[in-house]
Amino acid sequence: MMTRGFTGRGQPSEIKDRIPPGQSLTDDFPVLSAGPTPRVRTEDWSFTLKIGPKPAFTWNWDEFNALPQTKLTRDIHCVTAWSKLDTHWQGVLVDDILAEANLEAPTDFVLAHGYDGYTTNVPVKDLVGGKAMIATSYDGKPLPPDHGGPARLLVPHLYFWKSAKWINGLQFTTRDEPGFWELRGYHIYGDPWREQRYTGD
Amino acid sequence: MQDELLAVQAKWQKANIIGIVRQTPRVTSFFFKPALPFFYRPGQHVDVRLSAPDGYQAQRSYSIASAPDSSETIELAIERLDDGEVSTFFHDAAEIGDEIELRGPIGGHFVWTTEDGGPVLLIGGGSGVVPLVSMVRHRAAQGSAAPVLLLYSARTWDELIFRDELLGLAQRANGFDLSLTLTREASPRENHYARRIDPAIIEDVLARLPMPPKLAFVCGANAFVTTAADALISAGVPANIIRVERYGV
Ligand SMILES: Cc1cc2nc3c(=O)[nH]c(=O)nc-3n(C[C@H](O)[C@H](O)[C@H](O)COP(=O)(O)OP(=O)(O)OC[C@H]3O[C@@H](n4cnc5c(N)ncnc54)[C@H](O)[C@@H]3O)c2cc1C
Repeated sequence: MMTRGFTGRGQPSEIKDRIPPGQSLTDDFPVLSAGPTPRVRTEDWSFTLKIGPKPAFTWNWDEFNALPQTKLTRDIHCVTAWSKLDTHWQGVLVDDILAEANLEAPTDFVLAHGYDGYTTNVPVKDLVGGKAMIATSYDGKPLPPDHGGPARLLVPHLYFWKSAKWINGLQFTTRDEPGFWELRGYHIYGDPWREQRYTGD
Repeated sequence: MQDELLAVQAKWQKANIIGIVRQTPRVTSFFFKPALPFFYRPGQHVDVRLSAPDGYQAQRSYSIASAPDSSETIELAIERLDDGEVSTFFHDAAEIGDEIELRGPIGGHFVWTTEDGGPVLLIGGGSGVVPLVSMVRHRAAQGSAAPVLLLYSARTWDELIFRDELLGLAQRANGFDLSLTLTREASPRENHYARRIDPAIIEDVLARLPMPPKLAFVCGANAFVTTAADALISAGVPANIIRVERYGV
């Protein structure tokens, strides 16, 4: 269907193949969340790996930052239809977290948890192999609270609600457990290239 | 949880524009008649998709201003951003009779119905008032007695969307209370504010509720939402009863 009278701003052709269907390029970094921004002090911050209900490994801020650091430059895609190219992140790859904990992924699914009570589910295969990190820095600076600081999950190849802000842990689950937005009609997996925005897409 | 049952209507459908009403110098309401049945709750939004002749598509989210129980049509109130792609299309090109693709309703968290009860504090900035107006209209349509206070910030008196309707509802004095604040001019009425929302205003409006709020909803531009939500927390409102909708930038 064509919309009468709409031509659109169009997208520069050299980046067309980097923008998933239905997305528009933005230079800003919009902020979205379901509740107020929690103010988590790094002194109080910790990160826990859990297997089911059982904590398996916990790091405090200093211990976590002593883990191997990795830089990633990635395009990100928000379900509210903006995409931002070449964003610069630094943090600890999920691979390196598992290695430090001496842990082979015990199940196929993970539920990420945030300080605000937020949860989101991601299959293990989307977190390992250099695909995802716990990011503590954006654009060369400590990650600001509105963008999920002190630390957020970064899974750039999925819609950005999967990149849980204010993260405090990853929990291995036996089943693919829907998280906060997944229980409220958003897609269980969220691949922007297949435009998996909502249940049924 | 009830939310789990409310799967999103993911299907794109065509909706006819059946009315266009200018609300303020920068905001116009567009009334849609969806082709398929459309059930929604106050606070939810739709996604709108526009398609250009070359196949390019643009999608944006818009909150629903109408209430499910007081209107057969879906009202969207869209603010014109001068360099905006989609909002300028609506303001400059869209006409009655045009078909627009939309889908929804979307969002299961920024939602209030009279069954949720009160007191409820609603805080909206600019076009962020839109989903809150749906809640207020729903409350009126249901004849609910739940105490609801809407704190609404706009630049000027003439930029207050749905101003006269809201003032009229507040005049009924049946538990709906309205507090306005203008950021770019003095308020022509007493008992309203003339400054950006700050902790003092938040404390005032909290004191006007008969009891501490059961839920608080904050909607608007990002900076506005951050200020209001932080002020609520400083005033002792628990973070887990505050729900926010950010319009992104
Ligand atoms: C859940 C939700 C509900 C919403 N509800 C409402 C509502 O009820 N009413 C409402 O009015 N809005 C609402 N919004 C905001 C709405 O979705 C749009 O973001 C808004 O209408 C702007 O879209 P646009 O296409 O006109 O502007 P865009 O083209 O997206 O531009 C937005 C701003 O960024 C600038 N910009 C961005 N990219 C470029 C570029 N490449 N070139 C030039 N300038 C650029 C523009 O100058 C403009 O000021 C809602 C948003 C969300 C997420």
